[in-house]
Amino acid sequence: MNMQSTVQTRGIVRGGETLKEHRDRLMEATKRTKHYAGLQTMELRDSDPIKYNKLFSRLRAGVVDARETAKKIAASPIVEQEGELCFTLYNAAGDSILTSTGIIIHVGTMGAAIKYMIENGWEHNPGIKDKDIFCNNDSLIGNVHPCDIHTIVPIFHEGELIGWVGGVTHVIDTGSVGPGSMSTGQVQRFGDGYSITCRKIGENDELKRDWLHESQRMVRTTRYWMLDERTRVAGCHMIRKLVEEVIADEGIDSYWKFAYEAVEHGRVGLQARIKAMTIPGKYRQVGFVDVPYAHEDVRVPSDFAKVDTIMHTPSEITIRGDGTWRLDFEGASRWGWHTYNAHQVSFTSGIWVMMTQSLIPTEMINDGAAYGTEFRLPKGTWMNPDDRRVAFSYSWHFLVSSWTALWRGLSRSYFGRGYLEEVNAGNANTSNWLQGGGFNQYDEIHAVNSFECAANGVGATAHMDGISHAAAVWNPEGDMGDMEIWELAEPLVYLGRQIKASSGGAGKYRGGCGFESLRMVWNAKDWTMFFMGNGHISSDWGLMGGYPAASGYRFEAHDTRLKEIIAEGGAIPHGGDTDPQSPVWEGMLPDARIKRDKQAITTEAMFKDYDLYLNYMRGGPGFGDPLEREPQKVADDVNGGYLLPRFAESVYGVVLTKAGDGMQGVDQAATDAKRRAIRKARLEESVPTAEWMAAEREKILAKDAGTHVQQMFAASFKLGPRFEQDFREFWDLPADWKLLEADLPIPSYGREYSMDISELPDVKTVQFVEE
Amino acid sequence: MAYTKAKIKDLVEGKIDRDTLHTMLSTPKDKERFQIYIEILQEQVEWKDPIILPLGPKLYIVQRQSDKKWMIRSHAGYDFCEWDQNWKLHARIRVRNTAPQMEELYPRLMAPSPEWQVIREYFCPVSGDLLDVEAPTPWYPVIHDFEPDIDTFYKDWLGLPVPERA
Repeated sequence: MNMQSTVQTRGIVRGGETLKEHRDRLMEATKRTKHYAGLQTMELRDSDPIKYNKLFSRLRAGVVDARETAKKIAASPIVEQEGELCFTLYNAAGDSILTSTGIIIHVGTMGAAIKYMIENGWEHNPGIKDKDIFCNNDSLIGNVHPCDIHTIVPIFHEGELIGWVGGVTHVIDTGSVGPGSMSTGQVQRFGDGYSITCRKIGENDELKRDWLHESQRMVRTTRYWMLDERTRVAGCHMIRKLVEEVIADEGIDSYWKFAYEAVEHGRVGLQARIKAMTIPGKYRQVGFVDVPYAHEDVRVPSDFAKVDTIMHTPSEITIRGDGTWRLDFEGASRWGWHTYNAHQVSFTSGIWVMMTQSLIPTEMINDGAAYGTEFRLPKGTWMNPDDRRVAFSYSWHFLVSSWTALWRGLSRSYFGRGYLEEVNAGNANTSNWLQGGGFNQYDEIHAVNSFECAANGVGATAHMDGISHAAAVWNPEGDMGDMEIWELAEPLVYLGRQIKASSGGAGKYRGGCGFESLRMVWNAKDWTMFFMGNGHISSDWGLMGGYPAASGYRFEAHDTRLKEIIAEGGAIPHGGDTDPQSPVWEGMLPDARIKRDKQAITTEAMFKDYDLYLNYMRGGPGFGDPLEREPQKVADDVNGGYLLPRFAESVYGVVLTKAGDGMQGVDQAATDAKRRAIRKARLEESVPTAEWMAAEREKILAKDAGTHVQQMFAASFKLGPRFEQDFREFWDLPADWKLLEADLPIPSYGREYSMDISELPDVKTVQFVEE
Repeated sequence: MAYTKAKIKDLVEGKIDRDTLHTMLSTPKDKERFQIYIEILQEQVEWKDPIILPLGPKLYIVQRQSDKKWMIRSHAGYDFCEWDQNWKLHARIRVRNTAPQMEELYPRLMAPSPEWQVIREYFCPVSGDLLDVEAPTPWYPVIHDFEPDIDTFYKDWLGLPVPERA
């Protein structure tokens, strides 16, 4: 006889609820009241604000302290130098209370993992006990990309679960098809490297031996992997101890209230900030990036992936009178056979990284902002894929450019209100990523991902130039790292590092310039490298008359004979590739095999000692009409190496004159005349927009555009019927004009058939956005 | 934190000192900024019609005194269209869609490839001021980038009377 037990077991959450009951109750109350967890009043904050703020300050300081201390354990320069780590404290339901500095996109991603465990019954199997350790990096449930490894530790008080702490580091390799943390060779998840789904990897504060043995051999860079894990575990345990101390001092009741009120506080705070800084209304913007996979130097395993495509993210922000807002991404591209897809959580969570740099620059970064925002990400798009085969390893290829379009939108409201200090024309496409691997100078299997591009150019503001070679949107504490440290970590000697002239977008205030490093392979064996960045498309526009930043290109040189040239005392390439239109290195390397082109994404190419690789970090976009730029600043840019001299005249209308000591000054009279001439030419060479539209419409009717452009529109039409309707109305297209991917001369696998992770047996995914 | 008109003028002119800039960035916003800002901008234009909302360094929504219509106007005084329309459709446009045109702006190899991306420049028909730059793919519709809800902004958010609109 088969009998089922109906005995109710006590849940592990404080008070006796199961994790699932606890989260369900909170979500129901949130939906019903529009306040997080139904908290229409914040009892602790209102009755004892000093205690509330004391709790906040102590916990926040402790979380930041844990990050600063733990990162010293890591050996990987990505963590130790660049600060690619973050720790977050969660309440029992997996909603973040507060987070450290660092890669704070993970404010939501580790919470998504906790929620996945809650919704899929981890409480009963494998069980969640005090001193357990879990590991996750599964991008199908919310992680950004597999190289961000989460360590998650539950926090118990007197035998009951009261919260969680999560730590994340960006590891240098995950054992994907190609070496490096954000590799390009694979086109499906199955080549994306080691993937771990909320696995229990430790008990009683000790990592299991089967985990240690398995995980170490799944990646190329074992030593870094092990030390990164100790970094995360140490940080989590520091924060757990801090929580225990805070509870001992302030009482569990106060902590428990704080853990929920802080989230509602974050939600209310966002709404207040929107009203204080923006203007109600609708804002529309768009981002693009190139995926040039038809090229022979992109070697992928599947013919159906060997196509050129363009990723597309149109967005509409609606700010309402009550300070609530909605972000709609109707018309975005379908996911693709590359590694640039993103989960809905990483797309939405990352938006807070950006917003902390303008809209909500406070320490109170938690899930409250997410509860205060309505997102609509159509299912099947690249940022909300509906297929479990998708790869994610370089989701950042398009995340940044999709988000900074939102920055431009919001900047229109900051500009309108006079808060010019907050205006930002956008960010750089944060690349190039120098990656590769083989045997390094220590004769060990190795992989590299140079994080120099944690210091790209920043977009201009409405009152000053963007900062040069300074930052990356994804890590507000980014740094280019010391050359000496990179040379220890990589078998690549620096032959130069200099500002990348003309990489910042032009404008009244120009975008910050990026920089470039020339690396020579040294003491490597069986070595490969590849390029990862934008090339055909400059993915970040300027603002209000400012121009986009420059786009990318690649330079690599093989069979250079540098060994002989050095022995002979000859001239060798050093510094930067100052003007790629008039290259000089080729003349020094007459016999070399050189690749210099717009193919800024490649897969593993073989390199040997004395081969060269140029790592070019992009600039940021500009703000305002370049003819409004103060002429002396243009001369200063030329003198400082930020602008190639010929663009002083063609872009800025500034005529330079010799100012002594080899410096350039301004010929004011000639400049005034030149600027008048440029304005005249602008009017002569332009046409009324309506006239241009009529001609462009004819091109559309004739299907006169590259297949990659047509594919982009066709894919967006299929997933975004409103986008197609708007397109048809704008161009006044006849009903019989149709653009279908099926009619294009390239494969479109995934167009009709897809299977979501939620279709697997016994899997409950958590939906965070409107689809 | 409130700022003097002189400080806000410094900000508008790109001359703000670093200490004040830091305060502006790191403390709660000054609600009265908008009115002072509008006053400064009004002093910088040669026409008398009141500015309702700035859209760019040389682009504004104004209330045309003659008929009380809200118009989108350039610094040089060109009225593109009514305030809720897309002004770019009434501007002059130059499209850079060849390599030589791109290389007037960027060094070769650092310019976008025109088969993937074009650059569209929108000019004031009177002055030739460059008011906006779009950089989409070929075929992309002209983007109507901002539709402000000025009534709510003035009345509910700033507590100001909404200027008359014909």
